[in-house]
Amino acid sequence: MPEPVKNAPVKLTIDGHAIEAAPGTLLIDAAKKAGIEIPAFCYYEGYSLQAACRMCLVEVEKTPKLQVACTLPVAEGMVVHTDSKLVASARKGTLEMLLTNHPLDCPVCDKGGECELQDMVFRYGAGESRFLETKHHTDEKQWSPVVYFDAPRCILCYRCVRVCNEGMGVGALGIINRGVLAEIGPNQGDHLDCDECGACIDICPVGALTSGIYRYQTRPWEMEHVGTICTHCSNGCKTTLGVRNDQIIRGNNRDRSGINDEFLCVKGRYGFDFIEHPERLQSPMKKIDGRFEPISWSDALTEIAAKFKAADGAKCAVIGGTHTTNEENYYLQKFARGVLGTNNIDHRRTGDMVTLLDALSGKADALATTSDLYNTKAALVIGSDLSQQHPFLAFQLRASTRHHAARIYTVTQGPVREDKYSTAYVRSVAGKELEGVQSLRDKLASETSLVVIYGDCIKGDAVRQLVAFGDSLGIPVKYVCLVDDSNSRGALDMGLTPDLGPGYHAVDKPGMSYGEMLNAKGLDLLWIVGENPYVNQAFHAPKFMVVQDMFMTETAKLADIVLPSASAYEKTGTVTNVCGEVQRLKRAAKVMGTKSDLEIIGLIAKELGKNVGIWTPEKVFDEIRASVNGYNVPLSILVSGGVAHTTPVNGRVNVTVKPEAIQSANNTLFTSGSLSRYSKLLGSLLESPGALYK
Amino acid sequence: MPTGPLYPLTPHPLEIRVLTRRFGTPNSASIDTYLADGGYQTFLKARQMTPEAIIEELKTSALRGRGGAGFPTGLKWSFVPRASPKPKYIVVNADESEPGTCKDRLLMEYDPHQLIEGMMIAAHTMSSHKGYIYIRGEYRYLVESMNVAIEEAYAKGWLGKNIQGTGFDFDCYTHSGAGAYECGEETALLDSLEGKRGIPRMKPPFPAVAGAWASPTLLNNVETFSAVVPIIRDGGAKFLSYGIPKAGGTRLLCVSGHVNKPGVYEVPLGLNMMTFINECAGGVWKGRKLKAVVPGGSSCPILKADECDVNMDYDSIAKIGSMMGSGGMVVLDETTDMVQFALRIMKFYQHESCGWCIPCREGTTWLKKLLQRYHDGMGQESDIDLINELATNMLGRTFCALGDAAALPTISIVTKFRDEFVDYLSKPSMRELVGIH
Repeated sequence: MPEPVKNAPVKLTIDGHAIEAAPGTLLIDAAKKAGIEIPAFCYYEGYSLQAACRMCLVEVEKTPKLQVACTLPVAEGMVVHTDSKLVASARKGTLEMLLTNHPLDCPVCDKGGECELQDMVFRYGAGESRFLETKHHTDEKQWSPVVYFDAPRCILCYRCVRVCNEGMGVGALGIINRGVLAEIGPNQGDHLDCDECGACIDICPVGALTSGIYRYQTRPWEMEHVGTICTHCSNGCKTTLGVRNDQIIRGNNRDRSGINDEFLCVKGRYGFDFIEHPERLQSPMKKIDGRFEPISWSDALTEIAAKFKAADGAKCAVIGGTHTTNEENYYLQKFARGVLGTNNIDHRRTGDMVTLLDALSGKADALATTSDLYNTKAALVIGSDLSQQHPFLAFQLRASTRHHAARIYTVTQGPVREDKYSTAYVRSVAGKELEGVQSLRDKLASETSLVVIYGDCIKGDAVRQLVAFGDSLGIPVKYVCLVDDSNSRGALDMGLTPDLGPGYHAVDKPGMSYGEMLNAKGLDLLWIVGENPYVNQAFHAPKFMVVQDMFMTETAKLADIVLPSASAYEKTGTVTNVCGEVQRLKRAAKVMGTKSDLEIIGLIAKELGKNVGIWTPEKVFDEIRASVNGYNVPLSILVSGGVAHTTPVNGRVNVTVKPEAIQSANNTLFTSGSLSRYSKLLGSLLESPGALYK
Repeated sequence: MPTGPLYPLTPHPLEIRVLTRRFGTPNSASIDTYLADGGYQTFLKARQMTPEAIIEELKTSALRGRGGAGFPTGLKWSFVPRASPKPKYIVVNADESEPGTCKDRLLMEYDPHQLIEGMMIAAHTMSSHKGYIYIRGEYRYLVESMNVAIEEAYAKGWLGKNIQGTGFDFDCYTHSGAGAYECGEETALLDSLEGKRGIPRMKPPFPAVAGAWASPTLLNNVETFSAVVPIIRDGGAKFLSYGIPKAGGTRLLCVSGHVNKPGVYEVPLGLNMMTFINECAGGVWKGRKLKAVVPGGSSCPILKADECDVNMDYDSIAKIGSMMGSGGMVVLDETTDMVQFALRIMKFYQHESCGWCIPCREGTTWLKKLLQRYHDGMGQESDIDLINELATNMLGRTFCALGDAAALPTISIVTKFRDEFVDYLSKPSMRELVGIH
């Protein structure tokens, strides 16, 4: 007799269809894979099982009672009926019970049109009530500026409790009272002490949890749903913007189509209101007698072109942005090197990626992707409060601890949320992080593989020492170098540096670095695209200074001409996240008077009569694909909203990195430089991370 | 505190006092009384037996769980992985909350050491060294008396380290519930014991494998643990001989309602129900006729008077569509208003539903509202079907057995007493009687 193969697929029958599923698969998932819907409210893939809603009851032959498909693993020879009369009546019965106390206020409910309860009632019946009695009512509550709770609409599926506790690691929500009086409640009594991420709102199948900024604004079908990439931090989460009349009404992630699955933090969900801030620039501004006056685009371009022509290449300084797209960055450096004839170009450095690439030279597959963080068996976090600064990466690690029993190690100066589920954590003093890492050597060496995530405290030689340490463990190690902004990584890949061109090719004659340019005296031209360096920085006035920005920042105020640029939500293009994954921005909104930085640079080139190439994002990206290492990614993936991993270089990067030039802003969950400054909503939220660590 | 004993001081001739044999002895709860009656010697006897032998003895006795579900105890004990490297726990379910049931409280009040000894025998069988007695919140006074018994046992060296030089360690603790019927469900009890919200857990894993603190846990009712002592002392066959095959031993029946002599009686399993009511309980009071009997706690489907000529053992009662349950028998005379009775039962379950799953949370609530309206004289005949249908929708579809416990009696009442429900509609309602329209 042949031995039964271990982990051989289980054969079962659902509604007459023969189906195979891996052992241990839940019946509800096996059915879904086979295209058979078993309705459920409380079941949510990836979170703990509840079996509370009883919506997924199915008939399994040879069992006396209806079975709960969301907790029942498939078994060999199982015969399941999801379409029988009994099942239909059970579904109808459950829905009837759900609706007994439901206020049925769909016409004024935000969820109307995308409500799972509404959909199920349409499909499985029980729309008419047979009861005459009074419903139990409780008043609506506001738990935070962005979270409202309407208990009568709640069906108690506990998804919000689970996503808050398991997904976010916050645990701000719980259940109070019992029986019919049971309701979801904040563990802090009357308010949420949390990340304000709004995941509870997103995951709510009904309109019980509603968003403070979206409620009563519109109906879902009146909006266009634009999937784009959040521009706040470097994690590159997909946010689906609800757009009506070129105005962004909400951000969410209900379709889970991005790398971030159901994750979205407060910035990705609510932090888009900067685009309509009253101080947003909507016309080019020229400083006349110390005051800014609006001028036309043509006048501004004419004057800029004249000054550019007069400038000496060696005395030009170009500072690029870390929120601008790859196309814009590539085009900017091409312009600077080709038209201005200078290598004086740089961006604000927030992590030492260059040394890492050099140290990893010759090693294949040593840069971790965001999905590696989820699949990893072990991770080491050095010098970063990951949940605050890189919330999606922290979410991936939490998911990995839940699903793969991954072990997390942290070496940080202060307490971090990762401590709660870490195998070991080490407190280190600034600059001594590597000693902390050394102390974990035995534990790390016993792992089968490892992902190392390090912040800006590891730079220069320390990166090489870290990689040497990783090598000495004798296990496969992957690395993530943390950087701050939505395209910090892309800026580097695109050659927005004085010593490296696109794809990390060293240039012949390195130009001035970021710090040198800021401190340089007697410049002919200072051109700053989407960056605000002159906050606490001495300023030596150049002959001519042009700034492209969305707002009149401290730096813009010093300029001769300020050009209003479009935000990431108002343009197309690509950005590269902290793990080197390229994703595509999709234009969601329009703000009158602004132009994308790519168009502005293109128009300046045209005004100068120089050919830098066609300035549409698609054409520039074609050029990037052809000329930048690792960026030859399949277009179909990007166009369909997917993510493509880039490996920029696998060889020596022959430059010296100045560690002192690398400094992260250590943005928190609620800050991201100018963007968060001009977001009224983010400014209105209380930060209460302290309580979360305890 | 109860004012007088709930058991007859002189045993009725039909009673066989095995578990309750010290009831009525002065100071029956003290360890001296217990030791004088051969107390704790059974534990020493068990120490000489292998776990397999003890479980075999239980299987021979045909002892079934006395909490309500009636699962064979020997089988349950055999499920606990005794070789597990994890700590193992003995947990006593003293969350006696089933309406009509009041036997565990007597066993703890009048013979606490028998329970402790039963736990110790279980602990020896499972190589467990910690036991918890989870006492319902309303029995707070029993926590105190149980603690006194535990202290006595420690003082005399029958608990703690190296008990009586046998080399066996066992610690025993009481834990008070906070007043939730739901915590009588074994997994909700464990959650509550661990300090969590008392809601049932998903099964599998069963508590035998992953119970308290995810460790193997043996969870039994007070009466079950108490019965272990006479079984090991006198042998399983002896215990079996009291009752009938497949359902051995005696059973503590708590009879209440419209009878002349309510109280707790220890009778052999298989006794005829009518005999029990007429002989032990002194018959229906005030010379009235019997209308119905709830045989084993309010969760059991009700039996009409003509169904009551039945032998009281698990199988015979199951055959006529009800359950032995927890032994809480409620006798109803001919004057009982069944609408009010159904409402009273549903009020209890509605109040006690934990709210975890939809059918129980919403079902009990709306059944209560419906029955209340019906009771208040605003019902109509179609409501009877609606009540029946709503209860049927709950049956077998809830997370734990609480939903079934609420649905079963309701279905049985509206089915068996449908005529009375219909007649109720023509009665003047309370509103009409007091002149409110």
